Amino acid sequence: MQRTVFKSRWLPYLLVAPQMAVTVIFFFWPALKSLQLSLYRVSPFGDRSTFVGLENFGKLVADPDYYSSVLNSFVFAGGVTVFAVLGALVLAGLVTQKIRGLAVYRTLLLWPYGIAPAVAGIIFLFIFHPAYGILPYFLSFVTAYDFNWLLKGWVAMTLVIVATAWTHLGYNIAFYIAGLLAIPASVMEAADVDGAGPIRRFTAIVFPLVSPITFYLVVLNMVFAFFESFGVIDAVTKGGPGQDTEIMVYKLYKDGFIGLNLGSSGAQSVILMAMVIGLTVLQFRFAEKKVTYR
Amino acid sequence: MSAVGATQVGARVRAQAAAAPRQTRIPWGSLLLHAVLIACIALVVFPLYFAFVVSTQDLQQVVQRPPRLLPSSHLLENYAQAWRKANMGVMLFNSAVMAVTVAVGKIIISMLSAFAIVYFSFRGRMLCFWMIFVTLMLPVPVRLMSTYEVIGTLGWLNTYSGLTVPLMASATATFLFRQFYLTIPNEMAEAAQLDGAGPLRFLFTFLLPLSWANIAALFVVLFIFGWNQYLWPLMITNTEAMRTVVIGLEQIIPRSGTELPTWNLIMAGAMMALLPPVAIIIFMQRWFVKGLVESEK
Repeated sequence: MQRTVFKSRWLPYLLVAPQMAVTVIFFFWPALKSLQLSLYRVSPFGDRSTFVGLENFGKLVADPDYYSSVLNSFVFAGGVTVFAVLGALVLAGLVTQKIRGLAVYRTLLLWPYGIAPAVAGIIFLFIFHPAYGILPYFLSFVTAYDFNWLLKGWVAMTLVIVATAWTHLGYNIAFYIAGLLAIPASVMEAADVDGAGPIRRFTAIVFPLVSPITFYLVVLNMVFAFFESFGVIDAVTKGGPGQDTEIMVYKLYKDGFIGLNLGSSGAQSVILMAMVIGLTVLQFRFAEKKVTYR
Repeated sequence: MSAVGATQVGARVRAQAAAAPRQTRIPWGSLLLHAVLIACIALVVFPLYFAFVVSTQDLQQVVQRPPRLLPSSHLLENYAQAWRKANMGVMLFNSAVMAVTVAVGKIIISMLSAFAIVYFSFRGRMLCFWMIFVTLMLPVPVRLMSTYEVIGTLGWLNTYSGLTVPLMASATATFLFRQFYLTIPNEMAEAAQLDGAGPLRFLFTFLLPLSWANIAALFVVLFIFGWNQYLWPLMITNTEAMRTVVIGLEQIIPRSGTELPTWNLIMAGAMMALLPPVAIIIFMQRWFVKGLVESEK
């Protein structure tokens, strides 16, 4: 898959040089350093380091705080994915039933993607605010339960999940609408002629045809929730209350930057690296699927 | 492609409309559908509406019970006060510099490297391709502390270089350009060569003019990516003069009970922080959707 027309001994190297420089200096070198760091115990000021083998990983495995951060990450990523992908699928399903006004609906649902998750988090922080928030105020008419995210871990988790999913809904809808527009009109017409109702049309035709997109979006939303969600946690809950919203990336930052535990943060980086590699492989299985589908 | 889809859809809608007179029943189903959709959209729009409403109220209205859901008259003074209090001018400027530089930088270096990979055969070509691909698997958290160390060694902490250059590698943009170049018939490059045009001439006078749609689409997506960065500027900057708006906003939140609940100012700040990327999505929607959907392939 290449067009080799031009011949030059030095030009191609010059052309790839900027990309390669950034890649090597800021991606590969630090990633290798992280790998190396994970095998050493480094003093807080970085002046002494001792090779300790897998000790850093051993410590993490034995650390209940690390387990809870892994669990929190999965709850967070799962919650964001369910809200954002399922919500988008339902909305996209509704939009296809009545195709008129598609562009308007898309615009109205798309724009939250522009809002940084941290800024979205701050808006939801006020909506959830125990003293001044609109949500606890209205809930107080229904139940006496204290929806205070500063005290209740699950409320805090809900807060960050909803804020993140909010920014992601439109993104997923954009993908679904692109996929739905690619379904040939004749297929839907045939279903119409055969007397398939809206729900049957959705379950028998639309859903299977967009399932590769669904799979891809699930992976993508997971990756995003795992690796790009530091901002919403830091801006809103700072991992609290206690450690109830401390996701893996936040713990890594805390242990590395604030705790200056370089060995442990290196080991945590390596574990995250393994996860992102796994998810990327999954993501590219989607690409293959799409090729065979066509 | 989407235009074709739209006309097909249009044809289907017209066909349904033509068939409609034969059905005499009132379309309750479609009315219900629209009602559900509008309710969903109201739910999606509400947080932003509410943030805007709060940004126009004075302190008393912010804390009043029941909450006031209508705009008030303090918009200008709140925005002016938030602007002064949080040093908004500097932060918005920094965010703009970061977003534009990262987007333009990514586009330029990706365009060049994709060109090299598609149109030249050179030793290490596949190695370059795979190295670019692997950056997908190395997000910032995976190399957090050691990247920080590299930036420190380079003396790039609290500089625009530190904020932007390390984010410029882009596998997705490179792949998008590569895909695009592969759709251009090889004859074009051969013809250019016969006419005596060198590779750079071909890139700038043939490929570049054809790439504007892709460039616009990428720019929108990458601008939003750059503007909304959080962990990176938090790591690289620690002075007020270098702070970006997305991280600066967090620092004016009243956390303790003894501070005034100046949520109207926070919301004014939030509106200013979210306006540029949201406006870009709305006004460049066509490019945005193209960029999103195609750059992920």
